[in-house]
Amino acid sequence: MTFAVILVAIVVVSVLFHFLSPWQATPLASNWGSIDTTITITLVITGIFFVAIVLFMAYCVYKYKAVPERRSEYRPENKKLEWWLIGITTVAICALLAPGLIVYNDFVHVPANAVEFEAVGEQWRWSYRLPGKDKTFGRTSVTRIDENNTFGIDPSDAAGQDDILIAGNQIHVLINQSTKALLRSKDVLHDFYVPQFRAKMDLIPGQVTYFWFTPTVLGTFDILCAEYCGIGHYNMRGQVVVDDASSYQKWLSSQVTFADVLSGGTVEGLVDQGQRLASSRGCIACHSIDGAPSLGPGWLDLYGRQETLSDGSQVKVDGPYLIESVIDPAVKIVAGYPPVMVAYQMSDEQLDSLVAYIASLSSDPDNSTSIQPSIEE
Amino acid sequence: MAYADDVENEELHEPTGFIWKYVWSQDHKVIAIQYSTTAILVGLVALVLSGMMRMQIGFPGSIDMDATAYYQAMTMHGMIMVIYLLTAIFLGGFGNYLIPLMVGARDMVFPFVNMLSYWFYLVSVLVLLASFFVPGGPTGAGWTLYPPQAITAGTPGSEWGIILMLVSLIIFIIAATMGGLNYVTTVLQARTHGMTMFRMPLTVWGIFVATILALLAFPALFVSGVMMLLDQTIGTSFFMPDMMQFGSQLDYSGGSPILFQHLFWFFGHPEVYIVALPAFGLVSDLISIHARRSIFGYRMMVWAIVSIGVLSFVVWAHHMYVSGMNPYFGFFFATTTLVIAVPTALKVYNWLLTLWRGNIHLTVPMLFSLAFIVTFLVGGLTGLFLGNVVVDIPLSDTYFVVAHFHMVMGVAPILVVFGSIYHWYPKITGRMLHDGIGKLHFWITFLGTYLIYFPMHYLGFLGMPRRYYAYEDYPFIPESAQSLNAFITVVAIVVGISQLLFLFNLAYSYFKGAPSGGNPWRATSLEWLTPETPPKHGNWGSSLPVVHRWAYDYGVPGAELDYVPQTTSAEEVPVHESDHDE
Repeated sequence: MTFAVILVAIVVVSVLFHFLSPWQATPLASNWGSIDTTITITLVITGIFFVAIVLFMAYCVYKYKAVPERRSEYRPENKKLEWWLIGITTVAICALLAPGLIVYNDFVHVPANAVEFEAVGEQWRWSYRLPGKDKTFGRTSVTRIDENNTFGIDPSDAAGQDDILIAGNQIHVLINQSTKALLRSKDVLHDFYVPQFRAKMDLIPGQVTYFWFTPTVLGTFDILCAEYCGIGHYNMRGQVVVDDASSYQKWLSSQVTFADVLSGGTVEGLVDQGQRLASSRGCIACHSIDGAPSLGPGWLDLYGRQETLSDGSQVKVDGPYLIESVIDPAVKIVAGYPPVMVAYQMSDEQLDSLVAYIASLSSDPDNSTSIQPSIEE
Repeated sequence: MAYADDVENEELHEPTGFIWKYVWSQDHKVIAIQYSTTAILVGLVALVLSGMMRMQIGFPGSIDMDATAYYQAMTMHGMIMVIYLLTAIFLGGFGNYLIPLMVGARDMVFPFVNMLSYWFYLVSVLVLLASFFVPGGPTGAGWTLYPPQAITAGTPGSEWGIILMLVSLIIFIIAATMGGLNYVTTVLQARTHGMTMFRMPLTVWGIFVATILALLAFPALFVSGVMMLLDQTIGTSFFMPDMMQFGSQLDYSGGSPILFQHLFWFFGHPEVYIVALPAFGLVSDLISIHARRSIFGYRMMVWAIVSIGVLSFVVWAHHMYVSGMNPYFGFFFATTTLVIAVPTALKVYNWLLTLWRGNIHLTVPMLFSLAFIVTFLVGGLTGLFLGNVVVDIPLSDTYFVVAHFHMVMGVAPILVVFGSIYHWYPKITGRMLHDGIGKLHFWITFLGTYLIYFPMHYLGFLGMPRRYYAYEDYPFIPESAQSLNAFITVVAIVVGISQLLFLFNLAYSYFKGAPSGGNPWRATSLEWLTPETPPKHGNWGSSLPVVHRWAYDYGVPGAELDYVPQTTSAEEVPVHESDHDE
């Protein structure tokens, strides 16, 4: 009796939980309402089976509880009943599969009018590329990637010259415009996942993957990495901003092309050079520059600060300490941070530029000015 | 049955001395205990790791666990539970103990290889545990070990930990192969007089088919392990394309990360059934025995096991719907995956129909069996979400997946392990496990795991990604989700600690348990009919048992008792019409 009652209670509580729980799907912001519909269909059909089966079990446990001297019915088989059950199950399975495959057919067929953008993942940040006026992306290869060409675009490919490069973590897309996301990874597997859009897809080094969606709600949405990509996985965030036409154009006009980068790359100062290096070598994936928590020590106001190391000793953050921490990071770990950074090989000039950039993020004027003369070219 | 004739003419070479009896033992029963004890001990390590992870998720920062340790715990928890606990205990533990006894053999057909199987398994466990003590610690690559990250610097343990993991898996596969060849050959060759294939208990069928799956699937993991080992150590590029590592070019070229995923899941999906099929078999026997009713639709149950086994080899890419493989694969794999639900559902129906019009004894083994049905039902139904490609797209890599696979291949099989230990412990030790402690352990475990995993699905609907060390500043995740995570953690800790009840019961009852006699559950199958309990070396005394009927004659009309042992002749009690072999 107790067991039967508990089984019924499990059914009742589970169903109530489903309807009353505050934890439901995030509000939809794309065309993929049809995916939500397939989830609802699946919930209904599986819910019916769940309720029916557990209640039947409760009935059996209640009705056929052991009684001394009673014998169970001896009927090892009932082929007809079994075939009926197989038939009903098969019908239910078809009712799940058919709508699923119909919607999936939409998912794999990208509309002809879809505009493209490319998202590039690396540990643990995002960057983006648009095809530019010619609507064609330039050829890329991982082997071409260097500080001046963080996307690895082939400079000899004319289609690549007008490609628009977005180094930050934020991409803008146009509302109600079918959009095809081309996905590329520089290092390991990642996954482009915006919960409000429902759709997601892995990024794989060595090949280009894709999926499509049509954003339907204005606003800013988080891009999460949904394929485990190492220790910074949980913090690999990007943002997608859904714009109306005028804001989108305004944003677009302020972006630089690959040709701009190629021609403008030589005239920057040391701090700019350091900033670009920090971005291209992925430093800022683990070292925040705005005071936000990050995997390694954040760089805002770092320069000139006293830090406590994991062995308890104190160190003042200056040029030599920073350089040592880049080329041999395991020697002096700041207390409270995991020893996960790998050693980086950089030229002296690169190291100086990086130090200059980190110093520039410090608000203390004494520190940020004192370093500059010694390393000015 | 030539083999059975030969065996009866052979002398028994009973080992003497402690070492030969209990350490370098070739007796399947001792090896089974060795396998099970090792599996449970290493499983406790994995349980503690999961408790630590839950503390970090439920109460971030409450224990001193950084992201490195979190990902290492996650990886080791998963791999230990799936391979070193569940696979080992079902095949090496229950397979070893029950196959020879249930088919009426004196032992496995290759006892020496069987012994080697255990020692290789033990070495694989030690190599795995050694990775906690190497520089960099164990691998934190996730239990799926996806390259490239498994061997690049952004992942914990990518230098030593991953090497030990792969070497350990390779040794484990050698162990499983030696054991597996034994189980299959014993089932095919060493059955006693009258024990036709269709008279075998479903336990044997489940383990038999699961072992065949293991023999066919593990090689895929073996080769992918060797290839990744070569990529890591001598710089081959099987799975490694041209790629960067923190801004520098790596010296790899031309490999395919997705090839690893295909190989891994070609092993990994059958692996689910390597764990599930023995559980199906064992639970079928528990339900039939404790409901005192013949298993409903025995032949259908056998064919369901076989067809699930076959289908399990053509569904693997449903783990890869968003992996970037050719999207058209989705149509095929969604269809095959949903087809597999039909024989699986049939098994659930037949368990229920075995209860129907039975005479149900709510013993501890039966309680665990019924809890298995509920848990497996939830896990199976949520599998229909994830198997249906387009429904999987929003849910993959979220907590929905975590909840699903813990229900279906974590908790459900473990409930069967518990039920089966409560059921066969009297045969192994001659004593009953304590009933009160058993019921307390049951209720905490069953209700606790349901409270952990049922609500967890809803975090997945919400879109919370799995394998996240922390969830700070994600606006789409409401604060209440953290409360739910804290709740889940509290329940998980209670369930985890309550497993001490089980361990205590095992130890206490070994010395103080009520004597059980040879057949405390009044069961029909051969293991309950041994001349001694626990069975001695050689199991059957001077002559092998002779089988006249199937293993499910409960409640036979006209019979004196409500169960008819398999050795009872057709003259004493007529054989059922469906048992028409021989």
